[in-house]
Amino acid sequence: MALLEVNDLKTYFRTDDGVVRAVDGVSFKVDKGQTLGIVGESGSGKSVTCLTIMGLNPRRTAMTTGHAMWKGEDLLTAKASRLREIRGNEIAMIFQDPMTSLNPVHKIGDQLAEAMRLHEDVSRRQARKRGLDLLKAVGIPRADRRIDDYPHQFSGGMRQRVMIAMALINNPDLLIADEPTTALDVTTQAQILTLIERLQHEFGSAVIMITHDLGVVAEIADDVVVMYAAEIAEQGTTDQIFKSPHHPYTWGLMGSLPRLDQNVERLVQIQGQPPSLLRPPPGCRFHPRCPYVMQVCKEVDPELSPAGDDPTHLQACHLDEETKKREAAKLLAGMMAEAS
Amino acid sequence: MFRYLIRRLLWALVLFFATTIVTFIIFYAVPVDPARTICGQRATPECVHRAEIFLGTNKPIYYQYYKFVYRLFPFSFAGGFHFHEPSLGRSFTSRLSVNYVVGQAAPVTASLVFGGAILWMLIALPVGILSALRPRSLLDRFAMVGVLVGISAHPVWIGLIFAYFFGFKLGWFPITNYCNFFNATGECGGPVQWAYHLVLPWCTFAILFAALYVRMIRANVMEALNEDYVRTARAKGAPEWLVMRSHVLRNALLPVVTMLGMDIGLALGGAIFTETVYGLPGLGKTAINAIANFDLPTVQGVVVFATICIIVFNLAVDLLYAVIDPRIRLS
Amino acid sequence: MTQAQAEAAAAAQATGDELLVVDHLEKYFPITRGIVFQKEVAAVKAVDGVSFSLREGETLGVVGESGCGKSTMARCILKLLEPTGGRVLYRGQDITKLSRAEMRPFRREMMMIFQDPYASLNPRKRVGFIVAEALQVHKLGTDAEIKRRVQELLEVVGLNPEHYNRFPHEFSGGQRQRIGVARALAVNPKLIVCDEPVSALDVSVQAQILNLLKDLQRDFGLTYVFIAHDLNVVRHISDRVMVMYLGQVVEHAYRDELYTAPKHPYTGALLSAVPVPDPEIGRNRKRIVLEGDVPSPINPPNACRFHPRCPRFVEGRCDVEEPELVNRGGPSTHVAKCHYPLERWPLSEEDMRRAPAGV
Repeated sequence: MALLEVNDLKTYFRTDDGVVRAVDGVSFKVDKGQTLGIVGESGSGKSVTCLTIMGLNPRRTAMTTGHAMWKGEDLLTAKASRLREIRGNEIAMIFQDPMTSLNPVHKIGDQLAEAMRLHEDVSRRQARKRGLDLLKAVGIPRADRRIDDYPHQFSGGMRQRVMIAMALINNPDLLIADEPTTALDVTTQAQILTLIERLQHEFGSAVIMITHDLGVVAEIADDVVVMYAAEIAEQGTTDQIFKSPHHPYTWGLMGSLPRLDQNVERLVQIQGQPPSLLRPPPGCRFHPRCPYVMQVCKEVDPELSPAGDDPTHLQACHLDEETKKREAAKLLAGMMAEAS
Repeated sequence: MFRYLIRRLLWALVLFFATTIVTFIIFYAVPVDPARTICGQRATPECVHRAEIFLGTNKPIYYQYYKFVYRLFPFSFAGGFHFHEPSLGRSFTSRLSVNYVVGQAAPVTASLVFGGAILWMLIALPVGILSALRPRSLLDRFAMVGVLVGISAHPVWIGLIFAYFFGFKLGWFPITNYCNFFNATGECGGPVQWAYHLVLPWCTFAILFAALYVRMIRANVMEALNEDYVRTARAKGAPEWLVMRSHVLRNALLPVVTMLGMDIGLALGGAIFTETVYGLPGLGKTAINAIANFDLPTVQGVVVFATICIIVFNLAVDLLYAVIDPRIRLS
Repeated sequence: MTQAQAEAAAAAQATGDELLVVDHLEKYFPITRGIVFQKEVAAVKAVDGVSFSLREGETLGVVGESGCGKSTMARCILKLLEPTGGRVLYRGQDITKLSRAEMRPFRREMMMIFQDPYASLNPRKRVGFIVAEALQVHKLGTDAEIKRRVQELLEVVGLNPEHYNRFPHEFSGGQRQRIGVARALAVNPKLIVCDEPVSALDVSVQAQILNLLKDLQRDFGLTYVFIAHDLNVVRHISDRVMVMYLGQVVEHAYRDELYTAPKHPYTGALLSAVPVPDPEIGRNRKRIVLEGDVPSPINPPNACRFHPRCPRFVEGRCDVEEPELVNRGGPSTHVAKCHYPLERWPLSEEDMRRAPAGV
C-alpha cells in the first residue's frame, strides 16, 4: 500500500471576486522512501495541494473534495485533533522562505524542543538534547552554542537547515519541502539539496519536493508531477518525463530553460501568461498558449491518459501519440544538436 | 546598547532645554505684564515697579531663564558644592511653591491616567483580538463602528454626555471633585470614594484610547496570523491555543506594549479635556488656569514635569523593547 | 556570433572603442560608532576593486551570489550610488566625480532595468507616464511626439499600445518587466544595465524576456551589463562573463571559455551547483559542495577572500598572499584570481581538493 495516495483532490477558495479553483483534480501516489517532484509555476496549485493534504488551508474560505489517504486514513475527513497528531510527526513540511518561517522572538532551541514536545512526552532536557543532535546532523557548526541563538542570528542557508532539523526531529515518514531552495543562493541550494538527500537515506523518509526548477527535479526526484493551472499536465517517472515528454507545456518548460550544456540562439518561449484560476479557460487550460492548439482543445478539457502503452506515464493532451513522440524527439534532438 | 542609551539621554537633555526655552519665549511674547496683573486695577507705576522686582520680571529674559535652570538643577556652586532641592519657583499669582502645586496636581492626573489605561486595555485587548480572529463577523463590524465613534467623538463631548446622563439624570456617579486616596479632605476620602469619583472620568478618558488600541491590536493580530512562522507552528502540529499564545500574541503585542508606554507618558502631561469636564484638579486643569492667569512659573512647572514624564516613559519603553525583542537586544 | 568571431572582432578592434571602462571601482559603506560625534570604525566593502571594459554591442554577464556586490557595482556604474574610489569612464570621459547636473546628459545614454517588476514601477502612475518620464525629463519632443514614441515602444516590447492608460497592477509580472524594458529603451540609450531582470519571473516568462532582450540588442545595437545569479541565464545572453565574490572579480573570460574551462574554484563550485534538467547527468554527477556560508563583507578574510571555503586551500599561501587577477592558462582574455587554478574541467571533488604544485 502506498504511503500517501491522493485521489482527485480539489481545493477551491471562496473570495470576494468569486471561487478560485486552486487545485482541480489531482491524483498521485508516494511510496515509502521515494521522492516525488511536483513541478509548476506560480499559480499552478502545487503548494496548495500539499497545504490541503496537511490541512493548513484557512478553514473559512477553503472547500476541499477528494481523498488523501495516509496509510489508509483519509486526511481530508480526519478530525482536527488527529491531523495535529500527524503534522510535524508523521508528515512534516518545510517552507520556502527561511527568513520568515521561524518565530523571531524565540530561541531556535526552544522552537526545536517545541516541535518534539508537541508529539512526545519528554522532558525539556531530553527535547533539547534531541534538538542538539538534529542541529549537528544538519551541519550547523558549534551547535551546542548556537542552540540558544535567535533566528535573526543565522544566515538564510543556516535557517533552512534549522527548519529541516525541526521537520525531521520526530522521524517523519514523509517530508514535504515547498520550494526549500528558491530563496537561497545557488551554492547554498546545492548544500541543502545534498543535505535533504543524505537525511532521506538516513531517516528513510519519503520526500515530496515542490519546485519550479526542472533541474532540481531531474537530480533528486524518482517520480514527477507537472502541474499547470491547478491540473496535472503530465506525470510519470523522472526518466519518462525527461526522455519522452508528452505535453506541450512540458516541452515548453524544457525548451525555455537556458542550459549550461547547450547553445541556443533563441529560447523556446511559451506565449502569454498563466491563466486566472477564477475563470480558467474552457477546454484545455493550456490551449491559449499552446502552439499545437486544435478545435477540440478549446472545448474539451483532456483527461489524464497513458502515454503510448505505458500506464505509469500519464498525460492530459488531445494531440495524437505520433505527433507527441515526434515533437518530443525533435525537442530533445534540437537541444542536443546545438550543444557544442 | 549602552551607547544608544547615552545618546538618548543627551537628546533628552536637548529636548528639555528646547521645550523650556520655547515656553519662556512664548510667555514673553504675549503682551501681558504679570506685574501689572498682580497690581490689579490700580496699577500705579510704583506698584508695578515693586511687583516687577518681587517677581523678578525686571531682569532680562536670559537672566530669568538662567535663574530658572539654576533653581531646577539640584546642585549649586556658591560657596562650595552642595545639593539643594530642585525648585520650580513660585507661582506669580498664588505665591505658592510650584513644587507644591505640581505635587498636588500630579497624583490626580496619575490616578486618572493609570486607571484609565487599565480600563482601556481591558476593553481593547479582548475586542481587538476577537475581531482579528473573526474578521467581518458581527462582533468585528460592531467593534469597527465603535472604534469610529470612539475616535471621532471628542472627549469633552463624551464627558459632558456621560456627566449629564450617568451623573445628573441617573445620579449613579458624582460628576465633579476628586477624592484623595489616602485621607479624607473635605467631604470625601479613602479608596472607595476615590474610585467612585473617578469612574466617569476613567470611562471618558479611556474611550478614545480604547478605540485606537482596538484598531491597532486588531491590525497587529491579523498581520501576525498571516506570518510564515505561524504556518510553521501549525505545520508542527501545535494546537490553536499554543499558536495564539506563543506565536501570534507574543509578536503582535510587542508594539502595543511600547505604544502604551508612550501614550501614558504623554497623557501624564495633562489629560486636559477630561479634567476640565469633571473638575479634577490635575495637571491639565492647573496648566489651563495658570495660562489664563499668565502665571509663568506654574506653566513652566507643568511643562517641565510633563517633559520629564514623556522622556522617562519613552526611555523606559525603549529599554523594555530591547528586553523583549531579541532582534534589538542582540543586534 | 560564435566565440571565434567574437574573439576575432575583439582582436580587430583596438582599445579606444570601449563604451564603458571601469577602473578599480570601490564602494565602501561606512560603519560608524560614537555617542555624539560619529566616527567611522569600519566599512562594508561592498565593491572592492572591480575593473572591466565593455565594447559597444557586447554583453557582459556578471555572476555572483548575494553579498558579492554585483548590484552595488551596477548602481555605481550608473552613478545611482557614488563610488568611493576608482573611476568609471563612459566613452572615454571620466564620469566618476561629475555632479548631478553634469551627469544629466550622460543619463540619456545609460539606463537600468530592475529586478522586481512589482516594486520598480510606481503603482500610482499610468504605464504611459512611466515609460514617457525620461523623455519628458530630457525634453525629447512635444507631448504628441512623446506619446507616439511610447506607443511605439510598447509595441516593440510586445505589449498592446492601447494599454497606455493602464496602471501597473493590471499587468502580470512578465508584462511589467516588459514595461520596465520599454522605459529603459525610451531615450535610445547605448548602455543598459540589467539587474537580475528575470529572477522574479516564472520560467516560461523568463524565456520571453530573454528573447526580447536579445532581439532588442540586435535591432538597436545595445550594450548590456547583465547581472544575475543564475548561471544558465547568464550563459544564454552574455558574450563575456565576470564572476564576483565578496566585492571582487575572481574570474573573467569569454563565455564559452568560462563555462568549459573555468579556472577559479569558486566558478567551478558555482557551475557544479547548478541543477541540470537531465536525469542521467543529474543523478550521476557529484556536486562540489562548499562548506559554510558566504562571509560578511564587513570583515572579509585576508589575502584570498575565498580561502576559508575553498576546497583547494593551501595553508601558508592562500591566507597570506592575495592572488592577482591575471591569466592562468587558456586564452589571454581569460583571467582568474587564484594561486592554484583548476587544471581541467569537469573536475571531481577529490581532484578539486588536490591542489597542484602551485602556480
